[in-house]
Amino acid sequence: MIAFAARRLLGALPNLAGVMVVTFVLTRALPGDPAAYFAGPAATPEAVAEVRHALGLDRSLAAQFATYAGDLARGNLGHSVTTGQPVLTELAARLPASLELVAAALLFAAAVSIPLGVLAATRPGSWIDHACRALATAGVSLPTFFTGLLLAYVFYFLLGWAPPPTGRLDAAFSPPPAFTGFYLIDSLAAGDPELFAAALAQLVLPALTLGLFVIAPITRMTRASMLGVLAAEFVRTARAAGLSRGTILIRYALRNALLPVLTTLGMVFSFLLGSSILVEKVFAWPGVGSYALEALVASDYAPVQGFVLMMAILYLLLNLAVDLAYVAVDPRVRLQG
Amino acid sequence: MSAPPVSHPVPRPAPGGAAAAFARANLLTVAAAALFVLLALAAIFGPAIAPWNPLQTDGASALRPPGSGHWFGTDPLGRDIFSRVLVATRLDLGIALLAVSCSFLAGTALGCAAGYYGGWTDRIVSRLAETIMAFPLFVLAMGVVAALGNTVGNIVLATALINLPFYARLARAEVNVRRNAGYVDAARIAGASDARILAAHLFPNILPPLMVQVSLNMGWAILNAAGLSFIGLGVRPPDPEWGIMVAEGAQFIVSGEWWVALFPGLALMLAVFCFNLLGDGLRDLFDPRRRA
Amino acid sequence: MSERSPPLLAVEALSVRFRTPAGDVDAVDRISFEIARGEMLGLVGESGSGKSVTCHALLGILGAGGEVAGGRALFGGMDLIAASEDELAQIRGRELSMIFQNPRAALNPIRRVGRQMEDVLLRHGPVTPGSARGRAIEALRQVRIPDPAARYAAYPFELSGGQCQRVMIALALACSPALLIADEPTTGLDVTTQAAIMELIAELARQRGMATLLITHDLALAGEYCDRIAVMHAGQLVEIAPVDAIFESPRHPYTARLVGAMPRRAAALGDLAAIRGNLPDLRRTDLPGCRFLERCDRAAADCAGPLAWSEPRTGHRVGCRHPL
Repeated sequence: MIAFAARRLLGALPNLAGVMVVTFVLTRALPGDPAAYFAGPAATPEAVAEVRHALGLDRSLAAQFATYAGDLARGNLGHSVTTGQPVLTELAARLPASLELVAAALLFAAAVSIPLGVLAATRPGSWIDHACRALATAGVSLPTFFTGLLLAYVFYFLLGWAPPPTGRLDAAFSPPPAFTGFYLIDSLAAGDPELFAAALAQLVLPALTLGLFVIAPITRMTRASMLGVLAAEFVRTARAAGLSRGTILIRYALRNALLPVLTTLGMVFSFLLGSSILVEKVFAWPGVGSYALEALVASDYAPVQGFVLMMAILYLLLNLAVDLAYVAVDPRVRLQG
Repeated sequence: MSAPPVSHPVPRPAPGGAAAAFARANLLTVAAAALFVLLALAAIFGPAIAPWNPLQTDGASALRPPGSGHWFGTDPLGRDIFSRVLVATRLDLGIALLAVSCSFLAGTALGCAAGYYGGWTDRIVSRLAETIMAFPLFVLAMGVVAALGNTVGNIVLATALINLPFYARLARAEVNVRRNAGYVDAARIAGASDARILAAHLFPNILPPLMVQVSLNMGWAILNAAGLSFIGLGVRPPDPEWGIMVAEGAQFIVSGEWWVALFPGLALMLAVFCFNLLGDGLRDLFDPRRRA
Repeated sequence: MSERSPPLLAVEALSVRFRTPAGDVDAVDRISFEIARGEMLGLVGESGSGKSVTCHALLGILGAGGEVAGGRALFGGMDLIAASEDELAQIRGRELSMIFQNPRAALNPIRRVGRQMEDVLLRHGPVTPGSARGRAIEALRQVRIPDPAARYAAYPFELSGGQCQRVMIALALACSPALLIADEPTTGLDVTTQAAIMELIAELARQRGMATLLITHDLALAGEYCDRIAVMHAGQLVEIAPVDAIFESPRHPYTARLVGAMPRRAAALGDLAAIRGNLPDLRRTDLPGCRFLERCDRAAADCAGPLAWSEPRTGHRVGCRHPL
């Protein structure tokens, strides 16, 4: 297992290199002269030249990339012009908020789509099946930002069930002592159920919005996979052996059917990470996405590029986690290499 | 006694006109096609038939709810939302169409080359596609537009870039399968150049699955472009575009003026839904085995 | 084989139909047979003759599109065909079991075989969770799996085809059912393993007084182990008789051809007589009453009518208007 993880990590290195090249190219593709930009509008030509030399922009591209790579390895993602803080520090501070949102969205999506997919597969051709497929197709047609606004309108403005979409916690509450950075976990760890409820209430709409879009691919995959597995010979053996419907459905069919579903999670994470920017904007969620957006509006580019790089690395790690999970669950892969 | 070979009657399915049966089985696809025609008409004739000038402001009529004069109401600057939504069709569909066309052409060319020649060409193209897909795609689009500059052209470029790998992979796989087919060998023996073989023989044959991908991608491209506009990249006010209109309406939705954001959002949904259904329908037609 | 006690399983005029987009297929056409307690009946026929479909219908595990179109199957006082899913679930694996061909594919690939054994044991009880493991290992030992304690933790892909089949037999026999249906249990296994598996089934059946319905396309195999043989062709039962009678005095032209086509030790290849033609397309609407008509040398005009049964000797029934 460790050997597999190490091999897989090594295999991801070319991707990591590619990512770094792309982000490097993006930093050098800024409109205008980066040196003039960093030197400021009032700089003299000599000051600009000094900045250019200090930033190493007068050296060859290869040398610049080497410096860039070295900087990254040391965790130096530059400084934010608007706040003056190191980008890495700010990203790290805001990352838990985004992770909590993405995790909640994924849990919600799985909790809805897997049972839906199983239901549709056990009643193929029925109205439930068609309804599931229609729902799934409609799901991928929804613009995430629009769904978020609609949900906020219906559940906050019209029904008053949800709190105002103003971030992770209502102004009346203060965050729990930082442990994992996940408010849900930290509030429970601090033994504060009221805070937990408040944090959960704020999390519901954004997580729903983000998760809605990915219900479709997960449902579709679960349904297709279940259909295949339910027709498999070992399910017939289980039926002939008199095992209960529940055992056959869950322990025999679903567990086997979930394996291909696991592999679709990679694509699902791409959607989730990308769309989280939109959701964070709609719900004023203080994550890395809204950090990048604020910087973008202020033409502060270092945070934006740091954000892109961080998202890519996060995506890489998540894909690795999915592969490891697959290996852990499927003994055929584990024992046969 | 040996019976002479005789064809035996096999029961046939219920009779009916072929077109009617087709329509019945593919009702959704037909509906989507009709919707597509509607959207195309809106894109082409929108500006000509809009009841109000989409850019004309009128402070006195700001934020009017939907009514007889303004079917979709007015926005905070008093502009008619119906006209703006209608006119925006051209920009949204146009951006998506341009982006998808670019990624289709570039991706297919690269993919065909990779599948046909193999070797280093294959390795380079595959590495390019993998690198693009190593990013969460929307994040990459955002990064590209942020780096290259905030223009509509860059939105098109970014959307084209993130869609490129789909076409490259598909074309590569399809060409790979057909590379040594009979008709390709025949053309080669007849002295056709590689370019000719690719263009005249292989490309037409791989077109059907690519067309399915194009339709599915259109929906995705529209969403992408709208998403980028929503976060402030690309289209600038006062140009009417669905994403930007939703962004403008976002702040009013929590105070009850729902129409500013709803109608452009619905238009977005409808357009994407239409292309997704079309793509599903095309896929069912070309490859019934993969019916979702 | 007692003729006085009622049969364990009595199938009467069972028909199975499949609805396909191309039309309805009568896969099984009014077959009737009985199995007495403790006897082994062989159900023999070419691929596609409806042998497996019949058994799936008995157990209520017909696939999509299949339905019983008529008939009864009396088993221990219950009609399997009319029984509800719950009633069937009560006896499946307990009174009535089935093993399948392609044993490795017939076991859950990501679950250890010992755990699959426990699933069955715990389901049919009375087995406590604590003793389940021990019982599972014991069951594996009874089917002669070497080192059962180690094999308990194995996954199906780690076992040979023969071992997987033994595991399936153990699963099926966990509750000592009265009837075991064995659907081509040795197809795909090598010859030595085939013999070992059949010996195991035969011995376990003897030990437990269990009846067996052996489905096979291999007439010779059936001849070696079965007490009686039923021959099927294109969904119809054409002959049913004690094993000796089938080989020495077959009455149906098809059975005679099958026996003639069997490779025998002293025969040369040229002596083997193939059976002319193929199974008729069951989607046809104009099938004759006897579906062997177009392949038969003795066909007469009245053979197109409904299949007629006669009993030339007690216990030997043949479905032919002009038997040999």
